[in-house]
Amino acid sequence: MQTDPTETRLRGLMLASLDGDAAAYRMLLAELGRHLRPYFTRRLTPAFASHAEDLVQETLLAIHTRRMTYDRNRPFTAWLHAVAHHKFVDHVRRQSIRLTVPLEDDAPIFAHDDSADALARRDLDAVLDSVPARTGDLIRRTKVDGASVAEAAAAHGISETAAKVSIHRGLKSLAARFAGGAK
Amino acid sequence: MTDDLIARLAADLRPVRPKAMQRLLIGATVLSTLVAIVAMNMWLGMRPDMDTAMATMNFWTKFSYTLTMALLGGVATLALARPDGRIRWPWYVALGLLGALVILAFVQLARAEPDEMMPLIVGGTSMVCPWRIVLLGLPILFGALIALRRFAPRNPTLAGFAAGIMAGGAGAWVYSFACAETGMMFLVLWYTLGILIVGVIGAVLGRFLLRW
Repeated sequence: MQTDPTETRLRGLMLASLDGDAAAYRMLLAELGRHLRPYFTRRLTPAFASHAEDLVQETLLAIHTRRMTYDRNRPFTAWLHAVAHHKFVDHVRRQSIRLTVPLEDDAPIFAHDDSADALARRDLDAVLDSVPARTGDLIRRTKVDGASVAEAAAAHGISETAAKVSIHRGLKSLAARFAGGAK
Repeated sequence: MTDDLIARLAADLRPVRPKAMQRLLIGATVLSTLVAIVAMNMWLGMRPDMDTAMATMNFWTKFSYTLTMALLGGVATLALARPDGRIRWPWYVALGLLGALVILAFVQLARAEPDEMMPLIVGGTSMVCPWRIVLLGLPILFGALIALRRFAPRNPTLAGFAAGIMAGGAGAWVYSFACAETGMMFLVLWYTLGILIVGVIGAVLGRFLLRW
């Protein structure tokens, strides 16, 4: 189906949230807030740019109270876009704001994101924080910074085998937590 | 400020069961249909010739036409109650079904004696039939709307209309146990009119009640 990494990650967080995972939910809402702010700002005239924050909050609230209407088998970003679009149209109607963009503009929320790199780093930190500190550091050294297992093991003063086992277990638990469940 | 909101929402998080929407809508509809069945029994009572009617094709045609309309309306309601919901095929199927029934009705009329024609079209209850269907459909519509208020329809008017067709179909299905008319054309005209009236009421109520 969808291969877009943003879609895959957000959908995984949403599915975990629907199952009651508050940590995943907080991560999801925080990230959506960061994406929604520029999305609404772009659509409002500068005079109304201050409404963007209200719209972000209204949309987050709608995501919360209407989360039942997300169909687990369908793309999450499509649902999110529909909610954000609905909130925007509703807001514009109530405020009788003159628009800068046509209502039927279907530009995706995730079209471009200047802070994607920083976001990815932040997400990585948050994710690695959820495994034991030494495991997290071993994973970061070997999988992100490109060090060999031997070097990483030496830095922690443990054997290469122990480092391998630790990395393997850490990745497995991360996959179980964030992969969003196998189909 | 937004961070406070996120913290509050996360603290308020409760798991959502898969198919929660379906459960809620089906539960509300079945429950309110039971209310309509009880109301029908106290108000009109079952048709007196129930035993013989069960053996006629006409009874089962009414039974399945109304039930199918209710199910098609229900499928449309579930899709249209989502923010990204779009669906067309239930409308086409419903129109196709109505078209097939019109053909059957003309076949029945063509075979009938000239003096049987009017009873098959207007029967003895055509002036009350649509309104009884509306009255039996209304509690079902209210039940469905209560559930729908927790959903997020892309177009509240259209979602209300779909819920109205579902409720009208279910109301007509309940009424079909009380109605002793035998004409196909009667079914095509007056039952369909009753279902459509409930659909329009649903659209009007949906426009105001299903905003989010």
